[in-house]
Amino acid sequence: MAPTTRWKSKDLIGIDPLGEDDIGMVFREADRFLPALSRAGGLSLLKGHTVVNLFLEPSTRTRTAFDISAKRLGAEVVSIDTSASSLVKGETLRDTALNIEALKADAIVLRHSSAGAAAYLARQVGISVINAGDGAHEHPTQALLDAYTLRRRFGKVAGLKVTILGDILFSRVARSNILCLGKLGAEVTVAGPATLVPERLAEAFPGVRIERDLRKALARADAVMLLRIQHERQTTTHFPSLGEYTSQFGLNAARAAWLKPGAVIMHPGPINRGVEVESDLADGPRSVILDQVSHGVAVRMAVLNLCMGASRR
Amino acid sequence: MNARDPTPLWIKGARVIDPASGRDEAKGDLFAVDGRLVARLTPAQLAKARKVDARGLVAAPGFVDLNCRLGQPGRSARESIATGTRAAAAGGFTTLLAMPDTLPCVDHPGTLQLIHDICETDAAVRVLPAGALTKGLAGKALAPIGSLAKAGVVAVTDTVGGVENNEIMRRALEYAAMFGLVVLDHCQDSSMTEGAQMHEGAVSLRLGLRGFPSAAEEVVAASDCALAELTGARIHLQHLSAARTVDAVRRARSRGARVSAEVSPLHLLLTDRALAGYDPNLKLNPPLREEGDRQALLAGLAEGVIEAIASDHSPCTATEKDREFDLAPFGAATLEVAFAAAHEAVVLGGVADLPTLLARLTSGPARILGIEAGTLAEGRPADIALLDPKAGWVFRARDSASLAGNHALEGRRLRGRVKATFVGGRKVT
Repeated sequence: MAPTTRWKSKDLIGIDPLGEDDIGMVFREADRFLPALSRAGGLSLLKGHTVVNLFLEPSTRTRTAFDISAKRLGAEVVSIDTSASSLVKGETLRDTALNIEALKADAIVLRHSSAGAAAYLARQVGISVINAGDGAHEHPTQALLDAYTLRRRFGKVAGLKVTILGDILFSRVARSNILCLGKLGAEVTVAGPATLVPERLAEAFPGVRIERDLRKALARADAVMLLRIQHERQTTTHFPSLGEYTSQFGLNAARAAWLKPGAVIMHPGPINRGVEVESDLADGPRSVILDQVSHGVAVRMAVLNLCMGASRR
Repeated sequence: MNARDPTPLWIKGARVIDPASGRDEAKGDLFAVDGRLVARLTPAQLAKARKVDARGLVAAPGFVDLNCRLGQPGRSARESIATGTRAAAAGGFTTLLAMPDTLPCVDHPGTLQLIHDICETDAAVRVLPAGALTKGLAGKALAPIGSLAKAGVVAVTDTVGGVENNEIMRRALEYAAMFGLVVLDHCQDSSMTEGAQMHEGAVSLRLGLRGFPSAAEEVVAASDCALAELTGARIHLQHLSAARTVDAVRRARSRGARVSAEVSPLHLLLTDRALAGYDPNLKLNPPLREEGDRQALLAGLAEGVIEAIASDHSPCTATEKDREFDLAPFGAATLEVAFAAAHEAVVLGGVADLPTLLARLTSGPARILGIEAGTLAEGRPADIALLDPKAGWVFRARDSASLAGNHALEGRRLRGRVKATFVGGRKVT
């Protein structure tokens, strides 16, 4: 099916500005790339292009996925991480970005601890900026690959009931997923400790349900997304200990029994095994965690190709 | 600053509003000789007077600002006394209370002398320095408040950061009262605001930014009120931002506590929704809050629970602000747009009339400081602002007298403009 609309933006800053059509375009493009993942040799759509992975916050998974995605499209990839960057010498993000642009790179994939950093960067440079996570704001490619995984598993996203469990307050994955799933017509429920699931989320994200009863939150779900407990973002006051989190909210066999028969378990990684989910469940038949990882490559190929295509135009 | 113009001044045909005396004259004149207001000029003085045609304009007392920063000493990349006072003049302000968080801070009479010396040569309007309440603004031990009073401070405060130890605040109130000094407090419980970037609410949740809960302001305001009642001393709460803080002040005042409060023009005009695009120039401390808070601030202002509008002019360089939102410093440069912003929110918003708004910019803050400013009474300094409430204009940073690179409301269509400002009968803008 030919796309009815064109991808407009050189950047992917967040899910917020995207329409349902845009998300559909990413999915169609990902469908095109998914078979190529298992084939030897890559594509040459971005041959002669350079993608800079500017990761100013630790990340293995997302950076590797972007790295592979760009290379599969034939692009050259340069990775800059926190310790190697001039930002530790006091260079500003703006100057780093302007230098990358002056070096004639074609896209920057940015991971940054400050909310709003990707939008800020996109205003500074003319080349594509892809947000690979900005503080607790957005992580759009994660949400796209999560929705893509649900679409492949269930055929469609509309009408699905998705429960996001854990640290919603500090999670960019939760924010992007709430927005993305909402735009695609899924029903999103959030659950977790009251300190990390504030009441006003329902006002911030109209349509989101807050469920304080974990059993109900799990029983209604077609998919449950577990979020990583992020030690680096929580101050000490949000819950007493990892052990207490696990005892109150960790997904174990007893709680998994509350799930519907066909329900799946998702996790954006990296998993704290034994904290938010028991190992057996993460590796078990309900888990689509590794599908998420593979789909992440196809979805990021799609995003890079669409944004850099728009940038060329 | 030479604040006495020997040339007599005759402002003709203005709507004269003097909130202190209740005067509101549709078509009136103002006269000044040797820098002071007089009832009339002699024929000889009339002949040589500087005549200002003010038909269609409002003549009000020059504004008194309880909360601004002028960069010197130590932060002269952000602002200087020369530029900051010219921005003030452009905004109709003729008396400024400069916050003591300079480098070094004003916890020593020597620093005060330095500021006086710079003002003597550079200032375009009157500058009254506020002194530190505690040594180094560290909140631990009292600053030499008596020496500071002797050297000329009219108020003491630790500004942003505030004093959080209630024992120190209690003793500071008692001690400062001996010298007739008012204590100003920026109400904030910092244990609740670590890493906070904006108001805690639906917008901060959406943007993924840590929030200042309203309660962090309210709890300190409540303890300040209790200490004011305990000591019988005066306390002034700086830039209120939350609805419940207005309630706390209202309740304390109704019990007779000597508590006063101010609000900034931006908090009267805007809410946290203005931060949707992560504009660092609207990153303020206290933060812009919600519509309910804004309405409560406006109601408190109209009612008189909030007696003063203070600019909270906090200059930063463009470079300091041009970075990731959470790394940018707090504050906005506001002196030049303060009147227009407050006018739009209060008068055009239908909350109160122009004389009430002007009272909060003139007689209200002057009363809090206990200074002879903010009135057009005969014998008082001829500090006058000429205003055109109907004038539409757009503020542009390039036209600013300030050094700051963090102007709020740049590019916004504003209504209400300061046309001329006089200090001691001398036209300064």
